[in-house]
Amino acid sequence: MIIFGALALIAVASAVMMIATRNAVHSALFLVVVMASLAVFFLGLWAPFVAMVQVAVYAGAIMVLFLFVIMLLGAEKTGARMLRSWQTPLAIGLAAAVVLLGALLLLNTAPIEVADLPAAEIVMGSAEAIGLALYSVWLFPFEAVSILLLVAMIGAVVMTRDERKKKSA
Amino acid sequence: MSNEGFVTLYPLIIGLSVVLFSLGVLGVLVRRNAIIIFMSVELMLNAANLAFIAFARSFNQIDGQVFVFFVMVVAAAEVAVGLALIVAIFRTKRSINVDDINQLKG
Repeated sequence: MIIFGALALIAVASAVMMIATRNAVHSALFLVVVMASLAVFFLGLWAPFVAMVQVAVYAGAIMVLFLFVIMLLGAEKTGARMLRSWQTPLAIGLAAAVVLLGALLLLNTAPIEVADLPAAEIVMGSAEAIGLALYSVWLFPFEAVSILLLVAMIGAVVMTRDERKKKSA
Repeated sequence: MSNEGFVTLYPLIIGLSVVLFSLGVLGVLVRRNAIIIFMSVELMLNAANLAFIAFARSFNQIDGQVFVFFVMVVAAAEVAVGLALIVAIFRTKRSINVDDINQLKG
């Protein structure tokens, strides 16, 4: 309970700081903190492999990409202008309403029985269990997202290509 | 950490997921910097991942964890294309403030 409280506090506080801070680099670093605390949650929920991937892919690769673009554009100073005056309170009010609604729904739900872990050979959430599921039941979605990644990669290359070079050639 | 992990706190974890998702929506609505808007979208995806993992544990099914991988792949693709778009827009307009991107406005 104490671990949960501390981690939840860190995650929520970092998320608030992420959208509140003016400096885009600070924002990215706060997002890394959120992702790291979520990785610890994944460990506690019997998902060690997902936790490892979360740190390596999300907190590592994706955030490096973000920081790279921020530094490349020199965009860390452009956060000065915010919204029109009436929109910010409206957005905060709506977000608070969503949180309250979620809390009400959660309080009205009967507690869910948590299934006991079977004394199986393969541990829940291990790389072996995930690999077995990924390459049998989920094989077609797996191939589909690999094509999606390829298309995204080609798209990124096409969009950032220098057009002037093509004309001179 | 006990053998139970966080399982007994399961409703609270879903609540945390709701809060993080709402903060992500708030970030998209409030901030005008395109990169921060993208980071808020990432925050929303992470909140959804947390819910997936919590439900996977509570129903003792591995499928939820597998789905988190697909969410991560889609997030990576989205970031790659999105940041390429931001770089392309910055080259032509010298700005990534979303209020300045209004060329299609009638």
